[in-house]
Amino acid sequence: MTKFVKGNEAVVIGALYAGCDVYFGYPITPASEIAHAAAQWFPAVGREFLQAECETASINMVYGAAAAGRLAMTASSGPGMSLMQEGLSYMAGAELPGVVVDIMRSGPGLGNVFPEQSDYNQAVKGGGHGNYRCVVLAPASVQEMCDLTVKAFSMSFAYRTPALLLADGLLGQMMETLRLPEGELPRPETRTWAVEGTAETRRNLITSIFLDVQTQEAHNLRLQAKYAVMERESYCETYQCEDAEVLLVGYGISSRIARTAVEALRAGGVRAGLFRPVSLSPFPAEALCACAAGRRVLVVEHSVGQFRDDVLFHLAREGRRYQEVGLVNRLGGIIVTVGEVVEAARRVLGS
Amino acid sequence: MLQKRTSGMYESFVRSGRETHATHYCAGCGHGIIHKIVAEALAEMGLQDRTIMVNPIGCSVFGYYYWDCGNIGAAHGRAQAVATAINRTLRDAIVIAYQGDGDLAAIGFNNTFQAASRGEHMAVFFANNAIYGMTGGQMAPTSLAGMRTMTSPAGRDPGHEGYPMRVCEVLNQLKAPVYIERVSVADTPRIMRARRAVRKALEIQREGKGYAFVEFISPCPTSVGMDPVRASRFCMEEMEREFPLGCLRDHSEEALPRAPRASAPTVPQFFGQEADIETAAPAPDPAFRERRLKFAGFGGQGVMSLGVCVAEAARMERRFTTWFPSYGPEQRGGAAACSVVVAGQAIGSPAVDRPDVLVCMSLPAYERFVGLVAPGGTVVVDDSVPCRVAAPAGVRVVALPATRLATSLGAPKAANTLMLAALGRLEVTGLSRGSLLRALDASFRNKPALAEKNRALFAEAEAWIDAHPWGAQSE
Ligand SMILES: Cc1ncc(C[n+]2csc(CCOP(=O)(O)OP(=O)(O)O)c2C)c(N)n1
Repeated sequence: MTKFVKGNEAVVIGALYAGCDVYFGYPITPASEIAHAAAQWFPAVGREFLQAECETASINMVYGAAAAGRLAMTASSGPGMSLMQEGLSYMAGAELPGVVVDIMRSGPGLGNVFPEQSDYNQAVKGGGHGNYRCVVLAPASVQEMCDLTVKAFSMSFAYRTPALLLADGLLGQMMETLRLPEGELPRPETRTWAVEGTAETRRNLITSIFLDVQTQEAHNLRLQAKYAVMERESYCETYQCEDAEVLLVGYGISSRIARTAVEALRAGGVRAGLFRPVSLSPFPAEALCACAAGRRVLVVEHSVGQFRDDVLFHLAREGRRYQEVGLVNRLGGIIVTVGEVVEAARRVLGS
Repeated sequence: MLQKRTSGMYESFVRSGRETHATHYCAGCGHGIIHKIVAEALAEMGLQDRTIMVNPIGCSVFGYYYWDCGNIGAAHGRAQAVATAINRTLRDAIVIAYQGDGDLAAIGFNNTFQAASRGEHMAVFFANNAIYGMTGGQMAPTSLAGMRTMTSPAGRDPGHEGYPMRVCEVLNQLKAPVYIERVSVADTPRIMRARRAVRKALEIQREGKGYAFVEFISPCPTSVGMDPVRASRFCMEEMEREFPLGCLRDHSEEALPRAPRASAPTVPQFFGQEADIETAAPAPDPAFRERRLKFAGFGGQGVMSLGVCVAEAARMERRFTTWFPSYGPEQRGGAAACSVVVAGQAIGSPAVDRPDVLVCMSLPAYERFVGLVAPGGTVVVDDSVPCRVAAPAGVRVVALPATRLATSLGAPKAANTLMLAALGRLEVTGLSRGSLLRALDASFRNKPALAEKNRALFAEAEAWIDAHPWGAQSE
């Protein structure tokens, strides 16, 4: 069964198939259609929708529902995402699962409502205080807006850390054919840790405060050990890499443009390939290194090298130097054109 | 300080790995008393299993050392947002938010106000000690005028720091709360009254009636710099003058318990009805040449739905397709544009930088996009648009009197349907006439009369086109 929907609507469909119990949100362009669809579809299937008073409230509502063992989500963009960082840190500290969708727009400050990818560091490095990691998945199609929302829930519950779906205004607003999920996710077991208002869960405790320094250090080390296990679950996609002389690297919408650029380059006799991380945290570092070995690399992104710096960081293990990784980007809501990528790839190849 | 066991509290308290029988509160602190009366009420009412206590950040951050019920710690100020979520998702739980005055009335005041305004089903226990205890005696929203604190060392000056905030009185302006009362724990008779208020708030929760708010005037000897006896006197004399005790509202008799949830279809059932059953997923066909189309005009001319219609037709032929709109203030400002890609395999960029086909319904749209059309491409423009800017070499421009014709046929808003017919006749989409017509029908799925009308317009447009060979308009 298929449905022709916007990326933002696909998120809600994914969330419902994942078993999401409740949506909390506050309006912001270009993420608002998520709240619009949730307001319609959550109650239609007997789930809860509530418009929060601000994003600090919505993220703390997600925290509360998660603490009570429910599957909860919210969505926002730029300014709202910044407001949520304290809450995300608390969720990570208290080891609570939940899904937050960031439909990135241009910043800093109010910026504008057009697509950028400039929340990369905030999302991937843990934008709040303390040593923590979120799962960060980067869809590149309407299908993935749905499927990776489902995946975000399952990974978030598996590792008990918040999961972010990092998309942008273009992915949120575009329509494509969505194949509906085959079935619903089985409900995760929560009774061992959540406080659900039952005798069985009464002695569970949700908190992130450990005044004793030894205990706080031990808590941190335990979180790190958990993230190390999580590290093994990374995802990526490659396109036409086998014989490539130049490797384009991009995530989300940038990877879609890069894919068309690969075709344009090949039509012009340049053997180009594409590496796309599907999960940004955990990052598919080994796969990237394997794919980039012996090839020129060009990063396509809609931010000022935030993503390129991470690509470099991972390639540095292989001894690759800064100068060897090219960057083509646009900002402010302007989408990199296929022509710009093709030109940059030719420059990187020195042809 | 050794205490006899209080029902509803743990027998001993484990803190930092050690077991004690004393709380972490200072001598004479009101928190310990409030904890105790809340715990006793929960135990006596048999609510411990069902209760979820949301602990704040403040001196009572460790309430969960003591309360033997479900416990969740919230971020500073956010207890009622957290409690809201629990109330919305666990209907059988008894939800309590316990907060100090900095937590509830400063950083978290909007969350308090909004939860009260929504009438969330929760009991809020508010410990007003007129100061920030945990962080070392700074001014609170409830600090009295003239009161010396670490951040009002010369005494709170209402001209500079404002007046103490009366939270009960503020919340009493709202419609939804069921019960609002201010009590005190400064002496035994007052504690007896506080007990009754706690029970009332919890009964309201047990009966599912709504928002109950109890403020406790509570001594903080350490931070106000007094011995316990003087601190209690300060509560009874000075604080009660600013914060008079008493019940501000009790609607518990009239309030109705909330209605049970109606039954609903499952997710697959619901989306099974919503889904497009006829349309299968796209099928790869590498031989099909990718078409990149742009539709542009003013809002209200139907360029967005024209784009969707072409994309729908592509879906019916099992083509891959993307539709991407201009959005945000740009759209509201009057201009509207969307991009459609139709392909035989997975589509890369959904953004159309170099359209093969450009449909223009307005002059600004024409002037903005005509120069981008790829060689060999086609521009279809409403003939009301003066095409003063030349199209790039090798691009054909076709002018169609879409608006005029639609108006003369009594459907000025349907110019987009005529454009659709033109795209079909020009054979620029790679999609069949039948699919375009079916997509047009589908766009009026819920308005059969309009579907009929638009089919007629489509045919009229075709007839006009056939009577006016394209050569006459193109260059
Ligand atoms: C975002 C944030 N800002 C500041 C703090 C520091 N802080 C912890 S408790 C507190 C005030 C507590 O005062 P109150 O709510 O009156 O409770 P009391 O300690 O007096 O019981 C503050 C400012 C914090 N934890 N989080």
